[in-house]
Parts: sequence; C-alpha cells; structure tokens
Amino acid sequence: MQQIINFIIRNKTFLLFLLLFFISIVFTIQSHSYHKSKFINSANFLTGGIYNSVNNISEYLSLKSQNQILSEENNRLKSLLFNSENTIDSTYTDSITFNGLYKIYTAKIIKNSYSVADNILLINKGTKDSIKEDFGVITSKGVLGIIDNSSNNYSTVISILNTTSNISAQLKNTNHFGSLTWNGDSPNIVQLTDVEKIAPVKEGDTIVTSGLSSIFPKDIHIGVVKDFKLDIAENYYEINVVLFNDMTNLEHVHIIENRDIEEITNLLNSN
Amino acid sequence: MNSIISLNSVRFLVLVLTQVLICNHINFLGYVNPNVYILFIILFPVKNNRSLFILMSFLLGLIIDLFLDSGGIHAAACVFIAYTRPIILKFSFGMVYEHQNMKFNTVDFGAKLTYITIMTVVHHIILYSLEIFSISKIILVLQKTLFSSIFTIILCVLLIIIFSRKSK
Repeated sequence: MQQIINFIIRNKTFLLFLLLFFISIVFTIQSHSYHKSKFINSANFLTGGIYNSVNNISEYLSLKSQNQILSEENNRLKSLLFNSENTIDSTYTDSITFNGLYKIYTAKIIKNSYSVADNILLINKGTKDSIKEDFGVITSKGVLGIIDNSSNNYSTVISILNTTSNISAQLKNTNHFGSLTWNGDSPNIVQLTDVEKIAPVKEGDTIVTSGLSSIFPKDIHIGVVKDFKLDIAENYYEINVVLFNDMTNLEHVHIIENRDIEEITNLLNSN
Repeated sequence: MNSIISLNSVRFLVLVLTQVLICNHINFLGYVNPNVYILFIILFPVKNNRSLFILMSFLLGLIIDLFLDSGGIHAAACVFIAYTRPIILKFSFGMVYEHQNMKFNTVDFGAKLTYITIMTVVHHIILYSLEIFSISKIILVLQKTLFSSIFTIILCVLLIIIFSRKSK
C-alpha cells in the first residue's frame, strides 16, 4: 500500500497528464459521433451570452447584405402572391396558420463556422421558445442543418458542413433519393451519395430535400449538381452539389417543427 | 508573486476572448486561423507548480472547446504541450534553462523562435489530427498544420515584441 501511494505521489504529474488527456480524447470521440456531444457545447449561458452580446454589435456590419437577402425573399414571395390563382376571399380562412403539419419559428445565427471539419452553429432561440432536438433549420435560400442541443435561450445547430451530418435529399424532377454528406473540403460544395445508378442525373439539376426523414418538409431547395461520378463499386452515383446558401454569410434563419414527428418515430420504433 | 498571478489571469482571459471573437473569424484562404491562445502556455513562468500548470492548460483548452463546439481537441493539444514543455525548453535553451533563472525577456531571439516554433507545430499536429480524425486524410492534416502554424508563429512573435517590457 505504502509503495502504491509513493508511486502515485512520485508520478503525480504524469498521472494527471494521462487523466486529463484521456478526458479530452473522450470528449473528442463523443463530438465525432452524431448527437452525442452533451457536455461540451456552446449552448450555455456563458458562451451563448458572450456570442450574443458581440453579435448585437457586429450585426450592424452585415446589415446591408442581410437587407438585400430579405428584400430578395420578399420579392420572391410577392411574385408568388400576385401570380397565384386563388383570389382572396373574405370568408377564406388560412388553415395553415393554426393546424398545419409544420410550425415555423424564426431565429438569428449568433455564431457561424465553416472552416473546420465539424461545423456547429449557434442560434439565439432555445427551450424557452420550445425549440428541441431534431428540428430542421433552413434559410430563405435552402437547407442549413439540424438542431442538436438546446439550453434555455440558445441552441446549437449541426450544419450541413459537418462530416457527421446526414440529410435525406433527392433530385427535383424524379424521386431518386440519396443522403447528403460533406467531405470537409469546400464550404460551398456538399456530396450527395447513394443515388441509384439508373437515376437520370444531369449537370445543373436541382437537388431538394426528400421529406423522407420527417425533419424537413419535401422540396426545400439545397443546390444544383456540379459534377457526378459512379462510386468504386459502380452501383451508386456520388454527386457534387453546389449549395444555394452562402454558408459564410448567414444571419436570419427559420426553424421547422414537424408536429407529427413523435407519432412517426413511435410508429417506426414499434416495428 | 502577486503580480505574476494577476498578470497570468489577465493574459488568460484576454487570450481566450481574442481567440474566439477575433482569431477564429479570420478564415484566411478559407480555413487558415491562427491559434494565438497558446501564448498563455508558451509564456507561463518557468518556475512553477507543474500539476497546476497542466490543470490550467486543460482548463484553457476546454474553454476554447466550449466556445467552438469542438469536443476536446483543444484541451488535448494544450495538455500535451503543457506536459512536454520542459523537454522543449531544455532542447531550445539548453544551459540557460538548466540554471533555473531564465526569463523570457532576457534570452536571445533565435532560441526563443525555435521554442515557439516547436511548441506551435506540436500543438497544431495534435489539434488537427484530432479534428479531422481520419488517417486517410493525413495530407489535409499536414496542410492545415503547416499553414496555421506559420500564421500562429508570426502572430505570436509580433505579440511578444509588441507587449514585451524593456528589460533593464
């Protein structure tokens, strides 16, 4: 016993080093597996608060480009409204607003990141605004990511620029689907893999969400096909997709809640 | 003694804030960011309590990880260079270090540059291997290490020159 204690005292620096190094490796491995980073994330009052107060100042710097994006979005919605065939009737009630399948929240990005292999964003809405894990996040131009952790006032978002991210996507004009991943190279190109060889892929085709995962509704834009090739086994296409979103300039986002997600997951789990 | 503690606490806070609010948004050429916060570990007094020093480095790395949502990669890299620092010090400064009365203001510039370079490169290799976490992408790891190290070393040397007090 004496000898063991002596050994510990003699090598206490080395043992402390080993312990701390081991703890950090455990955190690292956790962060590399999807939806496991429970302890170390920026959705807490300290880091969230600091990012929020800094963002309050720095948002003025991008005011012009953000206004531009919002006015383009307005423009698009106006043209939809004026060209729609429904004439507005005073007895018509918009049923979407109170019992639609999807509920939309707005939020602001307070920490953006696109230069590392596993990018995680921070937004200024949390459980207080009934934001929970697995809600989808989009911008006016396309898909952004999926909510990971939420604290009271802040949530982290797994960006599509994250090597563990995996979103179901399909070609717009046919229903051939695959999964959208990122290889970590360029912040405006993602990869669509596992698309069947018989799918008629062409350069310039639009890629949209498939609606199979019940996180995103169908037909949210993602990007266009840049180039494609068959994988090593020559069964599936690997497609490079150029994103519609400029991931380096993000501010206003929409969060999508699927009200039936519990029912769907229960049904899937019961089988 | 008191002034050393307060100096290092202030340095800790300032470097963390500089790192997460400024240095991680530079994205030079798309992905090159300097990691200037390791100046805290580089400039920590040589005469110290080693356990405390390793614990402080772990805390520094963990706070950076908390801000950047990066798991434990910064903590691991910081703990590693904090533990191996005596070896690197001995290699870079030789006799001066062994006399145990070394001050960073008084040693010559060449040795200091060697010391900063070795510390930075070791830190970055561990950081980026853990970040990318895949042997098949070793080229990407080395590329990121090289560019970020150059950037970090230049910034660290500049900061040391700017903030060094005139030695009497």
